[in-house]
Amino acid sequence: MRTAEALRMALEALRVNRLRSALTMFGVIIGVSAVVILVAIGTGAKNAVEQEIAGLGSNIILVVPGQLNFQAAPTQSRLDLTDVAYVRRVVGDESRVTVSVQSGETIRVGRDEAFVTVVGTDQFLPNIFDRPLRRGRYLSETDVDTRRRVVILGSEVAAKLFGDVDPVGRQATISGVRFRVIGVYEKVGATFGVARDQEVHVPVTTAQRLIGVARINGIAIGASGPDEIEPLQQRVVAALIQRYPGEKFSAVTQTQLLGTIGTVLGMLTGVLAAIAGISLLVGGVGVSNIMLVSVRERTKEIGLRMALGARQRDILGQFLIEAVLLTTIGGLIGILLGVGGALLIAAVSPVPAAITWWSIALAFGVSVGVGVFFGVAPARRAGKLDPVVALRAE
Amino acid sequence: MTAPAFEAVALTRSYQLEGVSVDALRGVDLTVGPGEFAAIIGPSGSGKSTLMHLLGCLDRPTSGVLKVGGVDVATLTDTQLAELRNQTIGFVFQSFHLLARTSALDNVALPLVYRGVPRAERRTRARAALEAVGLAHRLTHRPAQMSGGEQQRVAIARALVGDPQVVLADEPTGNLDSRNGVEVMNLLTRLNADSGVAVILVTHEPEVAGRARRQIHVRDGLIELDTGSS
Repeated sequence: MRTAEALRMALEALRVNRLRSALTMFGVIIGVSAVVILVAIGTGAKNAVEQEIAGLGSNIILVVPGQLNFQAAPTQSRLDLTDVAYVRRVVGDESRVTVSVQSGETIRVGRDEAFVTVVGTDQFLPNIFDRPLRRGRYLSETDVDTRRRVVILGSEVAAKLFGDVDPVGRQATISGVRFRVIGVYEKVGATFGVARDQEVHVPVTTAQRLIGVARINGIAIGASGPDEIEPLQQRVVAALIQRYPGEKFSAVTQTQLLGTIGTVLGMLTGVLAAIAGISLLVGGVGVSNIMLVSVRERTKEIGLRMALGARQRDILGQFLIEAVLLTTIGGLIGILLGVGGALLIAAVSPVPAAITWWSIALAFGVSVGVGVFFGVAPARRAGKLDPVVALRAE
Repeated sequence: MTAPAFEAVALTRSYQLEGVSVDALRGVDLTVGPGEFAAIIGPSGSGKSTLMHLLGCLDRPTSGVLKVGGVDVATLTDTQLAELRNQTIGFVFQSFHLLARTSALDNVALPLVYRGVPRAERRTRARAALEAVGLAHRLTHRPAQMSGGEQQRVAIARALVGDPQVVLADEPTGNLDSRNGVEVMNLLTRLNADSGVAVILVTHEPEVAGRARRQIHVRDGLIELDTGSS
């Protein structure tokens, strides 16, 4: 018997028992749409975090003293500007190294005030981080060398203190010291909860005097390409350890952050998919159950078909195709509902949802597979019937 | 020289029923030639149904030799047996056994499905078979829309559509009133005479059996009397 014929027969059988077919499919539909939706949410969350990290800039290496450990307070830094100069020599290109010293301070303009993160840095920051300016200019070499009291405002700080007025050229007071605003950054959003739009950038030398320290918090290096990240990271850490024997230094790259977070979110997505997969499994059991009922109901028909010349494999094929058709149609409907549901969630809620082709392909493949897996037992039972017994069945 | 439609030698069939062995057939020798019209007659429990199942290749003998169209069924696999049924035997059952939600035309075409005949040709042949049993006006009717006599004629058309050597009819008039019963018997008689297909009736009614040219009486798993034994 040809496949087209078998398909036509199976479709007819499903059509005859419309309500039963629909109810049986329901389990598969729920399972498949759940897989598609949950994987879309998991992937969406992962993409959002990865975009945040990528939004920093590209090929960034962050060097901090001590060991990077989120469970302990950061090590008190012993690095100062001479160490930055040393790292610049190690890297071989001073423009690809920048520096950061940070402190929470109050900034005032007239009666308005805001609590901000004052970041001391230098003229090379825009070479490494993506911090586009909305107005004004970046820090210059002279700003840093002569400890000028100039400041670039994060977009939220500018909005809070100056409103619609252009702040460039105006005065702001940070911890009692007057600064001249030279620029305003574009809005960049938060990374790992660090509100970068609430930062103000001043020359590192000015910041050290303002805060009263000679140290710096960290060094950021921009690698020339993805391939250089790892060797450069190792070279810098080794050079620092050589300079300060017995001390620890850590270098974190975006790739490492992405890798860690990607693994965690990937696992989360997997767990969600597995939970959804369980409902698909339950749907499969339903298919198996209904196919067994169908075989029993149609025992006489099976006997007749055998008498007319149907081989075991014809009967087996007929019922197997019916089961697979049930789950495949259910799977297709489930995919449509799942994609629709994911788009709806992404549209009306803050939960990001990204539909991935692999989850659709997987859900479809699994629903076909469920049909085969759970259809085989009832179909084999049908094929193994003794025609004499089957013909006598009532 | 055509091989006999059926050739049985010392055929036995026993069943295990709850641990007890029941001998339904206890050694049957029987030859049915091509184009014969024979009736297997006997009371219920005589073994006539078992004999029909064996002849129809729905079942296998416990011992003895059975050749269908010259082929020893013991040498065939289940799949080959199914193909043999499809090619050489047409069944007519007491309760018609039509697919309820399927038109007369598709019911008749069903054996050809398992022969791999393309759809268009199946329909042509099924239409011809229905015309031959006088149901050209009932092609698209479903079984429930037809009388018992018409349903049995559809079943006969289905038995004939594959050009079998033998039609095995198990109590073909058992579910029909006498008028329709006579009509079905007339049809079987005419088909046997016209197309040369062998017809074997299984019945417990002497009047029905009397329509056949040969009567094979079965009792207690043995052939008691065979009017046409040659």
